Amino acid sequence: MSRLLLKGGRVVDPARRLDAPRDVLLEDGRVARVEKSLSRRGAEVIEAEGLVVCPGFIDLHVHLREPGREDKETIATGTRAAAAGGFTAVCAMPNTAPVNDNSGITRSILEKARSEGMVRVYPIGAITRGSRGEELAEYGDLKDAGCVAVSDDGRPVASARVMRRALEYARAFDLPVVDHCEEPALFERAAMNEGPVATLLGLRGTPSAAESIVVERDVQLAELTGGRLHVAHLSTAASADAVRRGKARGVRVTAEVTPHHLLLTDQAVKDSDYDASTKMNPPLRSEADRRAMVEALRDGTIDAIATDHAPHTVDDKKVEYEEAAFGVVGLETAVSLCLDRLVASGLLPLTRLVTLLSTGPARVFGLPGGTLAPGAPADVTVLDLDRPRKVDPARFHSKGRNTPFAGWALKGAAVITVVGGQIVWQERR
Amino acid sequence: MSGYPHRHLLGIESLQPSEIVAVLDTAEGLREILDRPLKKVPALRGKTVVNLFYEPSTRTRASFEVAEKVLSADSLSISASASSAQKGETLLDTAKNLEAMNPDMIVLRHSAAGAAHFLARHCRAAIVNAGDGAHEHPTQALLDALTLRQRKGRLEGLRVAIVGDILHSRVARSNVWLLSKMGAKVVLCAPPTLVPPGIDALAPVTHRIDEAVEGADAVMMLRIQRERMTGAYFPSDREYHLRFGLTEARVKRAKKDVLILHPGPMNRGVEIASEVADGPYSVILDQVTNGVAVRMAVLLLLLGGGGES
Repeated sequence: MSRLLLKGGRVVDPARRLDAPRDVLLEDGRVARVEKSLSRRGAEVIEAEGLVVCPGFIDLHVHLREPGREDKETIATGTRAAAAGGFTAVCAMPNTAPVNDNSGITRSILEKARSEGMVRVYPIGAITRGSRGEELAEYGDLKDAGCVAVSDDGRPVASARVMRRALEYARAFDLPVVDHCEEPALFERAAMNEGPVATLLGLRGTPSAAESIVVERDVQLAELTGGRLHVAHLSTAASADAVRRGKARGVRVTAEVTPHHLLLTDQAVKDSDYDASTKMNPPLRSEADRRAMVEALRDGTIDAIATDHAPHTVDDKKVEYEEAAFGVVGLETAVSLCLDRLVASGLLPLTRLVTLLSTGPARVFGLPGGTLAPGAPADVTVLDLDRPRKVDPARFHSKGRNTPFAGWALKGAAVITVVGGQIVWQERR
Repeated sequence: MSGYPHRHLLGIESLQPSEIVAVLDTAEGLREILDRPLKKVPALRGKTVVNLFYEPSTRTRASFEVAEKVLSADSLSISASASSAQKGETLLDTAKNLEAMNPDMIVLRHSAAGAAHFLARHCRAAIVNAGDGAHEHPTQALLDALTLRQRKGRLEGLRVAIVGDILHSRVARSNVWLLSKMGAKVVLCAPPTLVPPGIDALAPVTHRIDEAVEGADAVMMLRIQRERMTGAYFPSDREYHLRFGLTEARVKRAKKDVLILHPGPMNRGVEIASEVADGPYSVILDQVTNGVAVRMAVLLLLLGGGGES
């Protein structure tokens, strides 16, 4: 019988409206007791005084790259990065090679995750076969094999007809449909956000409307079909507004936002002199859009902060800006960025951040966890709000070094990660 | 030489007015060499310059080559079609290989915006941007400015209309920066489909060419890339010429001594009528001569130049 006691920490469990000093006892992979004072006897003890004990953080949007692009990331390195960054679970996007559009691939990912993974891996299946946007994948099989949602992420579902059918059909299995919302005809080989900065840099831009048009479409299709829509990496004010209005009239829609869309704007492309670590899709937007993302976090329009962790090799990035691959890594920077720039700066209360990183994401995909209620999985993220953290890509556990936050000095970090009652990551004080 | 404290010439945006003046004054002084019977000075003897051209170019490339030869630099020109780029070598690898030969300068023309900045970050050689995508073409703006200054005696207060495909034009961006830094009044004119968002923060935009040309001291025409645009950005060459082309009738709205500039190559009968291109106010060929002088100045300012000049 394995028992782990987190002693004397400040427990923040938004699902139970709890924010108070508590001892937390984990037993046999479950939360056993959460009380003011628990005996140390028979338990391995983590002294958590001065630390914050939270239900394990869940990242809804991660590219683990395996199978197919193990040069960019593997299940082993990606989940190690997750553990080091304070995440106890990651949802793995299906744009691998081959695409995770059938139960065989789902099972092989889960098998790998069981043998080599440090945190829980929840695969996301494809919306359409090969993510080609034409025929639906076999959602029943995918769900039985362990998929928690479907998405053609990286590629938008271009056809409204296909999106409608996906939302309808997924209802039979209660699977959320995650769309990368983008109108391809307006994207036109863009390298960044359309606007004054792109104009000065001479780079092709994609207008924010390319995203919000499709968010509007999808919200209306979710309303039409009663399906569960989850909007991936929301990035524009108009998109947030579409989600907000949809929620207000009872549409089953949820949304996530990335730390980079909360903290950076397209000005970063210029300030970095065309450094491709500022290139991702959706691109960094205007300051007005960025502010709208923060506002949407605060008013509950956004349900989760997700990283869209997208590791690439140096060769994929060390080229001309328009040639560079889209995407940035996020697993090892997200928590510190949020603690420093959202919580310490007073934009969000800590409980709200824990909701956005744990309770919210668990609810969006219907995952176990997201709370420290007795009986819940023994997945715990422990934070040190005062721990200084300098972003140093050379020390990442991810194979990807592509971050726009290199060199940032932050305060606050995840210091202990517990999955299923086992300490998978612990940092010395 | 002083007055130009940078290692590279990547764009006009980052230059101070005094630095622009330094280049123009240097070019003015060097122009005389081009009229000598023996057009050669040893200023850059022993310096090596690589012209790395990833896009077709006649004028710019020839102009750099002449400038290099007049100043006695050792130079070689590489065009992408003849180089390893065809075999899939990356820009960085090509540049690193060239750099192993220790050139003092790389002149880069590339279709990707920011390509010159990319090289500047990864190479030791001085980098001159000879046009990067739709971003900047600094030596073109400098030679246009030299041409205007010679004819008008100043840049400050001049009213200059820039007309045509501003969306895709690096020449437009460099010229807007340069002319506004030097105190000229710039007006941009194009159909709305060819105006990049936010450019109006740098200069006012009109969609009526008559308005743009009215009282102008100079009109800079931009090339329309017809093969890519017709049908998508405007309906036809015919309508473009009627609505946005520079005709003799329209030139009459400008000042009497108006100058007409075009970076070439021209689409006669589309953005510019032949009578205008070949008319008395056209300084298009002056631009070419000044191009050599400006490039000589840039070479000299960046590479120092130990010898006499």
